[in-house]
Amino acid sequence: MSDPADLTIAAAGAALRSGEVRAADLLDAVLRRAAVTEGELHAYLTLDAEGARAAAVAADDDLAAGRDRGLLHGIPIAVKDNMVTRGVETTAGSRILAGYLPPYDATAVGRLREAGAVIVGKTNMDEFAMGSSTENSAYGPTRNPWDTDRVPGGSSGGSAVVVAVGSALGSLGSDTGGSIRQPASMCGLVGLKPTYGLVSRYGLIAFASSLDQIGPFARTVADAVTLFEAIAGHDPADATSYRGTPPEVRSGLDGDVAGLRIGLVSELMGDGIDPEVRDAVAAAAERLEGAGAVVSDVSLPALDYALSAYYLIAPAECSANLARFDGVRYGPRLQGATVEEMMAATRSDGFGPEVTRRILLGTYALSAGYYDAFYGQAQRIRTMVIRDVHAAYREVDVLLSPTSPTTAFPIGERVDDPLSMYLADVCTIPTNLIGDPAVSVPVGLDERGLPIGVQVQAPALGEQVMVRVAAAVERLAGFGARPGMLEALG
Amino acid sequence: MPPVPVEIDIAKVARLARISLTPEEFERYGAQLGDILEHAARVQEAAAADVEPTSHPLPMVNAHRPDEVRESLDRDEVLSQAPDREGPYFRVPPFLEEQ
Repeated sequence: MSDPADLTIAAAGAALRSGEVRAADLLDAVLRRAAVTEGELHAYLTLDAEGARAAAVAADDDLAAGRDRGLLHGIPIAVKDNMVTRGVETTAGSRILAGYLPPYDATAVGRLREAGAVIVGKTNMDEFAMGSSTENSAYGPTRNPWDTDRVPGGSSGGSAVVVAVGSALGSLGSDTGGSIRQPASMCGLVGLKPTYGLVSRYGLIAFASSLDQIGPFARTVADAVTLFEAIAGHDPADATSYRGTPPEVRSGLDGDVAGLRIGLVSELMGDGIDPEVRDAVAAAAERLEGAGAVVSDVSLPALDYALSAYYLIAPAECSANLARFDGVRYGPRLQGATVEEMMAATRSDGFGPEVTRRILLGTYALSAGYYDAFYGQAQRIRTMVIRDVHAAYREVDVLLSPTSPTTAFPIGERVDDPLSMYLADVCTIPTNLIGDPAVSVPVGLDERGLPIGVQVQAPALGEQVMVRVAAAVERLAGFGARPGMLEALG
Repeated sequence: MPPVPVEIDIAKVARLARISLTPEEFERYGAQLGDILEHAARVQEAAAADVEPTSHPLPMVNAHRPDEVRESLDRDEVLSQAPDREGPYFRVPPFLEEQ
């Protein structure tokens, strides 16, 4: 057998049950892979080898005793560092939470554990998930294994990279404006943002509460579905959690798109989108047509304003959510004569530049005299985007577009130019404003050998049809490339 | 509605956000936020005032759950993460300045 670190979740599960490997072997394999790649990539902030070892041994004992917890039993999974893990350092990529040992597990993490998964560690991210490149981490950037001079995308860059190189077989990220899909696209992976509310946000350190959603990274659509099934479902601890039964998704893996109506989003296929990316998406659409789908162009005029609206709404919500980091309950404290001085000193020292920018921007957008002109207007744009997309779904079943306007860009290229960084999210932001699900699927490489992703979006709770199209895109593209640095490992 | 001009009083906003800025940061954030807001100000021209604002993707009113006694977090485990504590309390510097 090849190195177990290169297995899909499905293949690793089969190997576990045939007795070919043990959970402890899978863990050893991903830890070995981390040991040889982390020096260069820096995708993990914390490796919990000890906790993972105990979980792997328990998984092996359970399986030997006939207690099979299902498809994630014994599978090594990584978690983005903005999901709290009891007793394991959780920083959200920020200095303001350095050393924080949470007293509880996020619901999504708890569900992974119940499903028998082995939590390997916590992955690097843009501070508080604010960024599109993982360069905004207080602990240093993560590099893209396809080209280590380039970013892996963000904000869940660490969760993407660990799966791309096999230092985990799957991972969880969070997606507020594309933070799962865009790094998945840039690292040649599947990244899925579920419908808002399907996955509990309890224990997810909040960035923008009306937009945040947890979802999986995996090497295949089937593996992403396995992770999604484990974490989806109502949670009384999250008041915004969807109260119904999550949609049945697995049957969509048949990839049968005959007769499905697919809309190619005109606004995301024009200027500002790299021609190579555009061509790859058009080619994916043609292949779907060949498989019996009906492809048409769809125009969503309000999308032209979605990015502007997002960069008022997300900072506004962030400025409120991040008020809790004040040096009182967790994290380091800087001294001050009064509580106000202590808080200002602690926050100024603890937050990095992008987080500070967004807090200031959000505070401004919510302040007296500007509230209606900025935040209020942005909320009206949000309504217009929702109307446009709902109207489109009367004509088509899913929407197809690029995931990211470009492939991975060089480290340092955009980090001092916030507006150009924000443009990296132009294709992914609309679904967060709407609350709909979307998934990125790798379809090929550009001239530089960097992965290109295609985004499939569906109406709320439409994960099954979305996965059906994603599975077809995956099968028809036959994307099997892996980062060159892995070939060098032998 | 007539567009509201983009002018940002960084000192005031920073005070509201409980963030203190160095003179260099003051300058840099002022310029960057100006650029971002100029772009964001496009929202003012786009949406008509009669469009209902959306604050949340789900049409929700209240989420109720049964009022049951349950385990809560362990107090000492929670307080162990605080930078300063006194017995079962979080400890902070004085709230009120000397009169």
